[in-house]
Amino acid sequence: MAILDKHKILETNATLLLVFSFLVVTIGGLVQITPLFYLENTIEKVEGMRPYTPLELTGRDIYIREGCYVCHSQMIRPMRDEVERYGHYSLAAESMYDHPFQWGSKRTGPDLARVGGRYSDDWHVDHLRNPQAVVPESVMPKYGFLERTMIEGEYIGDVMATNAMVGVPYTDEMVEQAQRDFRAQADPDSDYDGLLERYGEDINVRNFDGQPGVSEADALIAYLQMMGTLVDFSTFTPDASR
Amino acid sequence: MSNYIKLIVLGLITFFAMIGINFARDLAYQVHAVIIMLVAGGMFLYTLRQTDEPRAPEPSHEYLDGVVRAGVIATAFWGVVGFLAGTFIAFQLAFPALNFNWAEGYANFGRLRPLHTSAVIFAFGGNALIASSFFIVQRTSAARLWGGNLAWFVFWGYQLFIVLAATGYLLGGTQSKEYAEPEWYVDIWLTVVWVAYLAVYLGTIIKRREPHIYVANWFFLAFIVTVAMLHVVNNLTIPVSIWGSKSVIVWPGVQDAMVQWWYGHNAVGFFLTAGFLGMMYYFIPKQAERPVFSYKLSIIHFWALIFIYIWAGPHHLHYTALPDWASTLGMVFSIVLWMPSWGGMINGLMTLSGAWDKLRTDPVLRMLVISVAFYGMSTFEGPMMSIRAVNSLSHYTDWTIGHVHSGALGWNGMITFGALYYLTPVLWKRDRLYSLSLVSWHFWLATIGIVLYAASMWVTGIMEGLMWREVDANGFLVNSFADTVAAKFPMYVVRGLGGVMYLTGSLIMCYNLVMTVRKAPAKEASLSVAVPAE
Repeated sequence: MAILDKHKILETNATLLLVFSFLVVTIGGLVQITPLFYLENTIEKVEGMRPYTPLELTGRDIYIREGCYVCHSQMIRPMRDEVERYGHYSLAAESMYDHPFQWGSKRTGPDLARVGGRYSDDWHVDHLRNPQAVVPESVMPKYGFLERTMIEGEYIGDVMATNAMVGVPYTDEMVEQAQRDFRAQADPDSDYDGLLERYGEDINVRNFDGQPGVSEADALIAYLQMMGTLVDFSTFTPDASR
Repeated sequence: MSNYIKLIVLGLITFFAMIGINFARDLAYQVHAVIIMLVAGGMFLYTLRQTDEPRAPEPSHEYLDGVVRAGVIATAFWGVVGFLAGTFIAFQLAFPALNFNWAEGYANFGRLRPLHTSAVIFAFGGNALIASSFFIVQRTSAARLWGGNLAWFVFWGYQLFIVLAATGYLLGGTQSKEYAEPEWYVDIWLTVVWVAYLAVYLGTIIKRREPHIYVANWFFLAFIVTVAMLHVVNNLTIPVSIWGSKSVIVWPGVQDAMVQWWYGHNAVGFFLTAGFLGMMYYFIPKQAERPVFSYKLSIIHFWALIFIYIWAGPHHLHYTALPDWASTLGMVFSIVLWMPSWGGMINGLMTLSGAWDKLRTDPVLRMLVISVAFYGMSTFEGPMMSIRAVNSLSHYTDWTIGHVHSGALGWNGMITFGALYYLTPVLWKRDRLYSLSLVSWHFWLATIGIVLYAASMWVTGIMEGLMWREVDANGFLVNSFADTVAAKFPMYVVRGLGGVMYLTGSLIMCYNLVMTVRKAPAKEASLSVAVPAE
């Protein structure tokens, strides 16, 4: 192969070698990533998707902080056993407001994509406090400190404003009322009409951990209880091919 | 003059970090501001004392080996830290009581697992790459490292990155992107350090006194530039506030998944493969005292490897909400990747032609060779697992964990141990290693440890994959999820024991290296003068 003799040109010129290597490694990413931003069938059009409420978004940040994604996936694959076990397979649209995505890569614990509404709030409180008391075989760490850590949500408006910058449809009103909505969702005696008006009638408004004030457990359970509940699959018809 | 600019910059950073401590919105940010304040303040005082003092001229005809020595020490140290963390979290999965309640979550599996992966990949592997690339580029270019003390900046800057990343995970500062968990300011710092690394490396190659650039340097160069690209694109975030660690990634859902695994798989492809192949192309020929098997094969497999690897990412997303065309592309390229990977393995192994007898007498060479064998094994297993049908079983299971570890422990770990055994006598001017029989102990402990690890993970991985999908005659699922967790317990203990053996081996290595520096007879002739074609 005489063409290999030409390699001398690259092999004796460091800058050329660098530039050529760089060009070679850019191609794969360009072909695989850029079409995902303009091909219309990347994300199906479904009804029901909405941005997270301030309390749910706080819970999601706690989920990220504690590394829950290390052991729990949020991506149900379209196989018989997974659909039986966890529910309808996950759609791309269901994570369209996720920055970053939380699909995960490992199931040391079960998938959580549709855990919302599957267990009671009390079950979640007990389970976070001592997983082995509820599921003896579990190897999950204890998260009892979450219910002892009280939070105010003073920065959640800033987090939502930053999410709005990258395309999550938070309105100015949602950002302004963020801390008010944050408190309202964990307190069923509050005036939560504004919250429902902004995010929808189906928002869970409860004292999730059963204790006064808003704790990290409130936020995390609020997040867990809405996971995978937004899309109504009784009316969903999948595209033939994607 | 440049010292005055340094003083101004360091003073400003110290001042800004002090403000940061006051305004910090979260614990990780606050602790990091304290660390940065102390480091920048200390550097300020150090620089002040050096300013306008007479300095010895740089010995331009000698290699800069001090930074490589520091890198060897850092590699061994972080290796032990990473293996210890890994062994501990392995036992946490077997015995959840090890997630100590009194630690209030700071030492839970979810926070320690990123600590383990980053300690091993970036602290142990990264230091091994920086140290050995600095060593190799000087020897193969017959030139001192370019940029004076810039190489020291790369070394210490990288250690600071490691400390910020590790403490960040423990304190909850993470953006949850696997193998790219550090938050925005740590990412910016790494970018600065990495650009300096590229400058030192490229500068040294440009001022080389050899006409050709040696093959090991192609791999290091491709590794440095590709990691820069991957790091920047995967970490494009908008900080919520400059006073907090929280940031929001610009990519949404499905696109973020694609970018993440484009990054994640090529952290394997370039950090743990291309860079380490650079090590292979220097240390195996040197230790075996044979030339590289085939020059033409090295050209073909180099360009094929870097072109094809970058496509393989989507095989992490089979059957997910990523469009089928993308994951099919990822699968096809992953299978094609088998060929250039084995091209590298063949080139490494066949370098021993005519020197195979040395395997009997030289445990260091044995270590280097088994690393290439593990490389060949895991680059066969990887393409196989990327096939959709296989992946439907293996994905989400421990099989993936086993696969990663046969690559990381077998290939990256073993070749790094071999490199450390090669480098220590050379860098400290010793005639030989303190004890070859301790190297053999290390070799067998590590090898048996890997076998226990990989075998137990094959068993649990395939078992849980089959248990999850098992249905009875009436079409109902047979096993609850909790059943599969309970069934894995014995294998989790075996895996932990494999980790203990591997960790013990690395401790024996540290002892051997320290004793080499302290007790082994000195070598007469100095090796640090730059001579061509070493």
